[in-house]
Amino acid sequence: MKRILKILALLVLLGTAGTWLATGANRGWTKTSQQVKTLDPVTGIEGITYEPKFLPGVDFLAVGVFGTLVLGGASLFVRSKTNNH
Amino acid sequence: MKLSHLIVLTGLLTSVATRLQAATETFDFKDPKGVNNAVFKLDAPLESINGSASGITGTVVFDPENPGALTGKIVVASESLMVPNPLQKEHLHGTNWLDVTTYPEISFVSKSFANVQTAGNVTTGDITGTFTLKGVSKEITTPVKLTYLKDKLSARVPSLKGDLLVLRANFTINREEYNIQPGQYEDKVSPTIDLSLSIAGAAIQP
Repeated sequence: MKRILKILALLVLLGTAGTWLATGANRGWTKTSQQVKTLDPVTGIEGITYEPKFLPGVDFLAVGVFGTLVLGGASLFVRSKTNNH
Repeated sequence: MKLSHLIVLTGLLTSVATRLQAATETFDFKDPKGVNNAVFKLDAPLESINGSASGITGTVVFDPENPGALTGKIVVASESLMVPNPLQKEHLHGTNWLDVTTYPEISFVSKSFANVQTAGNVTTGDITGTFTLKGVSKEITTPVKLTYLKDKLSARVPSLKGDLLVLRANFTINREEYNIQPGQYEDKVSPTIDLSLSIAGAAIQP
């Protein structure tokens, strides 16, 4: 059990950091949509629309680190299996 | 005065009046293509907030031969203000910030247009008017650039004929003056808001 918790903590940390880095290491808050700019050729105005896109931010990273600490901390309170043989 | 002279004079006056009326056009800024937008930026020491609004309506009366006579009103639907973070958007629309339910419109009504300069189809000048945000109205003056695109409406909307007027303006307001959390959270939400308006209006010809 102790080992499982430690592995889970590591997976959560790697998963969170990996996702954050892979999606562009956004240093702002998590975004669920992204601006898309299109140029109107007649007026020269740059139109702005939003398309759904998940861009994890520092809050996502913080939740991941917190989860890692909780799992890692919990593993400290679980006794290791002792082999009596 | 003979009757024939009176008829000729009436004809001339009617002709002049028709020409004057024809020169003045009313541009509708409700964009069928949904391109018109107002961009807002708040750059605080700890956080930068960028967003835009698309719900733009209003009319501008513009005479390309007398640009200084410009009048009009532009309205932005508060509900259309958008930021990419859903929680931030909820806060922005909420009662503590813009309170979009109570104050559904942000508007600008022109009063005067000064320092007008025209080069080709581009007119620049300083427009003064009443800017209303969250129920608070203040008189502001901002530089504006107008581009008159004669007979270009069909290039944008093939089924319609007419002219286009592109209006661009950049100005800064202080949120404290509009009772938007005055003096609060200034490290995260900048007290100054940079606004950038890029909109096109159409004057449809029958």
